[in-house]
Amino acid sequence: MTDAPAHRRPGPLLPPGQASDAGLVFVVAVLCFFACLTALAVGSADRAARGWRTDLQGSATVLVRPKGEETADAAAARAAETLAGVRGVDEAAALERARAEALLRPWLGSGDLPDDLPIPRLVTVELTRNSPAGAAELDKALKAAGIDATVDDHSLWVRDIVRAGLWARGAAIAVFVLMAGAAAAVIAFATRAGLESRREAIEVLHIAGAEDRYIAGLFQIRFGRMAAAAGLFAAAAAAMIGAAARILGGGAGLTPVLPVAWTDLLLLLPCPLIAAAVAALAARSAALGLLKSMT
Amino acid sequence: MSRNAQTFEADEEAYGDPEPVLRFDNVSMRYGRAPEVLRDLSFSLEPGSFHFVTGASGAGKSSLLKLIYLAHRPSRGLITLFGRDLATAPRRDLPFLRRRIGVVFQEFRLLEHLSAFDNVALPLRLAGRKLRAYQGDVAELMAWVGLGGRMHAMPATLSGGEKQRLAIARAVVGRPDLLLADEPTGNVDDEMAARILRLFMELNRVGTTVVIATHDRAMVEEAQMPVLHLDNGRLSVFEPEAR
Repeated sequence: MTDAPAHRRPGPLLPPGQASDAGLVFVVAVLCFFACLTALAVGSADRAARGWRTDLQGSATVLVRPKGEETADAAAARAAETLAGVRGVDEAAALERARAEALLRPWLGSGDLPDDLPIPRLVTVELTRNSPAGAAELDKALKAAGIDATVDDHSLWVRDIVRAGLWARGAAIAVFVLMAGAAAAVIAFATRAGLESRREAIEVLHIAGAEDRYIAGLFQIRFGRMAAAAGLFAAAAAAMIGAAARILGGGAGLTPVLPVAWTDLLLLLPCPLIAAAVAALAARSAALGLLKSMT
Repeated sequence: MSRNAQTFEADEEAYGDPEPVLRFDNVSMRYGRAPEVLRDLSFSLEPGSFHFVTGASGAGKSSLLKLIYLAHRPSRGLITLFGRDLATAPRRDLPFLRRRIGVVFQEFRLLEHLSAFDNVALPLRLAGRKLRAYQGDVAELMAWVGLGGRMHAMPATLSGGEKQRLAIARAVVGRPDLLLADEPTGNVDDEMAARILRLFMELNRVGTTVVIATHDRAMVEEAQMPVLHLDNGRLSVFEPEAR
């Protein structure tokens, strides 16, 4: 009696996976996991840097030096009044002597300071968010009012923060590229090993008329799927860590440097796709290279 | 009487025969740096011809077939297959030439992870045909070679004879223009050998060019077809009336 073949689905042309494939999934998953953590860290650090930069750019500090008979308190009050009238300034307030002393406490100690000690007077200036006044405008207004003062618009700090943010982003991209390169190398190695171990079957496919790109496509699909699964596991694990950091640390995160937000977890979504794409490309190019050496 | 290959070719040119399916011009082959196993072979196969390849073990029969089914490149000489010079044919064209060739390997070379049905269907799948389009043909052919009840069996569970028939079914399922068989009756009984020979002759009758490498003298005698005889890497052609 003849078997009815109608319900059959054709079997896979490549011989099934080997025990080493599980190890490969693990290695790719670990690489993806670290890449995901890197992405989370960069997202968080970038937000922290942006927050600091906004804070710094939204304020300025003015150091006032009294002239002539004018007391320091009077000079500071006059400076605050002058600055409050400048366009682009929301608020200007002279720092009281007590707060100024508190700022100096790390250097001068906590004992009572002599009354005649010339404590520098500071004026804190809150700038308008959308059109803040620049240091030059503040300086010009102070000079016009005859006040001897130095304006610090925090640009030095902002530059440092921007530079630090760029370095962090660059380092993260480098780490990501290294991870992707390592994953691609591992996949290429596994593809070559897979081709060699299945050489007999590949030769039969060749002789039966399979094109190189068709056979390479079989490896591309196999390793692409494998890497997608590994990327999915890795993204899920990284998401759990991110969520834990968000829940435990709240909006500020576990450290001020890495304030995790729920939206950061969206950065992990492309991980399976990127892993699959890198693996598929690596497998295809490795397979095509090796197939060319076969007759 | 034996004729050398040059005489054979001269006859073709004189009678203006159609373009040969296969043509060897001073072809030699070696494995790596070893001595040549085939030396200066020159012959051609006309469309619809039927040839046996004979010779002692190690004479180069399998090597000759490997050259024809493009598993090896010659170390010297020119091979023209279906009108294409293989020395200049780009690699991307070779699969399309291979699809016109059916091969029965001496050691079967079945894909152990595929069922008997899928092994037979392999050339059709690779040619892009869908299951629905080929399942009837495959089932019919498998029934014809006596494997109708073994379609879902895995090759490891088949006997040597069954594997042989499976390999033959795979080679002929795509109705190739050129059929190559390396010892195709080596593992089957006389009755099945006779059926296999009849299948090959039937395919030949409808236009397939057939080349069978064999030690089976009885099959050669029964078929009364030309013989390409290899001896120490050199080829002689024997017409049936000459044996």
